[in-house]
Amino acid sequence: MKLVLNKDVMSIEKEQDVVPFRNRVKEYAVKIGMSLVNQTKLITAASELVRNMLKYGGGGVTIIEVISQGRDNGIRLVFQDKGPGIKDISLAMKDGYSSGKSLGIGLPGAKRLVNEFDIKSTLGEGTTVSIIKWKNG
Amino acid sequence: MSKDIGKLLQKNKKHILEDWMTRQLADATLREDLMSNEELREQSNELLNALLKNITDHTIDTQSAAFDEVNEIISGISISRARQGFTPRETGIYVFSLKDALQKSLEGEIKNDPQLLYDSSIQVNKMMDDLGIMTFETFIKGREEVILRQTSEITEISTPVIQVWEGILALPIIGTLDSARTQVVMENLLQEIVETGSTIAILDISGVPAVDSLVAQHLIKTVAATRLMGAECIISGIRPEIAQTIVHLGIDLSNIVTKASLASALKYSFGLLQIQVKKSPNKV
Ligand SMILES: Nc1ncnc2c1ncn2[C@@H]1O[C@H](COP(=O)(O)OP(=O)(O)OP(=O)(O)O)[C@@H](O)[C@H]1O
Ligand SMILES: [Mg+2]
Repeated sequence: MKLVLNKDVMSIEKEQDVVPFRNRVKEYAVKIGMSLVNQTKLITAASELVRNMLKYGGGGVTIIEVISQGRDNGIRLVFQDKGPGIKDISLAMKDGYSSGKSLGIGLPGAKRLVNEFDIKSTLGEGTTVSIIKWKNG
Repeated sequence: MSKDIGKLLQKNKKHILEDWMTRQLADATLREDLMSNEELREQSNELLNALLKNITDHTIDTQSAAFDEVNEIISGISISRARQGFTPRETGIYVFSLKDALQKSLEGEIKNDPQLLYDSSIQVNKMMDDLGIMTFETFIKGREEVILRQTSEITEISTPVIQVWEGILALPIIGTLDSARTQVVMENLLQEIVETGSTIAILDISGVPAVDSLVAQHLIKTVAATRLMGAECIISGIRPEIAQTIVHLGIDLSNIVTKASLASALKYSFGLLQIQVKKSPNKV
């Protein structure tokens, strides 16, 4: 069972919100004693997802949670937007697929950088991505 | 507001000033450490003079040209107070205690005309509220100007191009590499390549906290532009945690020469330029 120890909500509307959000994530990761490598992986994944939310979802809300399961602590991040949604999730999760002439590694790369990755999307309603990085994962 | 009220307040100026001063001096937030009582009295007198001079119209419009002088004095006071270390609350109390003093004076003078007392009180209150809001706006504007100036200073100073050797440029990048920064970095770098005739550029990313796909793309673009100018571009300062993250993320930097430190990038550059750096065998 996962227990939520701490919860923080930040809204992301513009490019300038990205760095403060990343810094907040880092603060929590440092607080629970996450290793430097895991911190960097988490922040990079967060960066990808928050940028997608801005670029394709028109901004949205992020939730930062400190969670615990058994002896391990971790950080869960949720990215929620009310954008157009993703038509074909398995295509969007493919390396190199981009509808925006970009590298197309944001989603699949973020998935590789974290321990748990969940994406839900409904056309016309929006997209929610949720990730977990364990302190020692 | 009738002209009479303006005159009436004008006539009572001395009293109003005394009452206002008493209220200010009695307040717990008085900052004698920041401003002497004489100074405070002088400042208050100046503001009250300007204010009463302008209460002559039927309606008081703090946005009108007639109020320019008052607005200027208020802005000056709140900016200098912000710099002196007053809190917005303390500056607010300064203005709002004048409101109380003016109100008191109206009550004392208009004893048998409740309608007039009501009307003029509303107007005086509205005017003072406007002036109160203005002190906050000015206070915040002062702060924002400082932030804006710092932001542009940071962008400027954080992208220096250094010639570390003849033909070798180094560019330490500190902070996040967003699109605007990349533009500045690229322009500075390409310009310096032309001016110094350098053939090698080292981009050092020791000070970049995270390399996500956007930063990577900006780096790749900068390297490509440098190559178009006929120079080689090396990326140095890739910390171990960044290297691991880049690999997992799936960014392909295999076409770019990367080095762990600026020193090793420099050494590699010496090799390319066939420069030998040797310890001299004898003391010179
Ligand atoms: N929040 C979202 N809302 C709608 N569509 C999205 C969202 N996030 C991703 N997508 C879609 O999924 C595709 C793949 O996303 P991914 O992050 O992997 O690549 P990218 O953003 O195009 O490029 P990169 O992240 O490498 O710069 C996007 O091109 C976009 O079409
Ligand atoms: Mg992306």
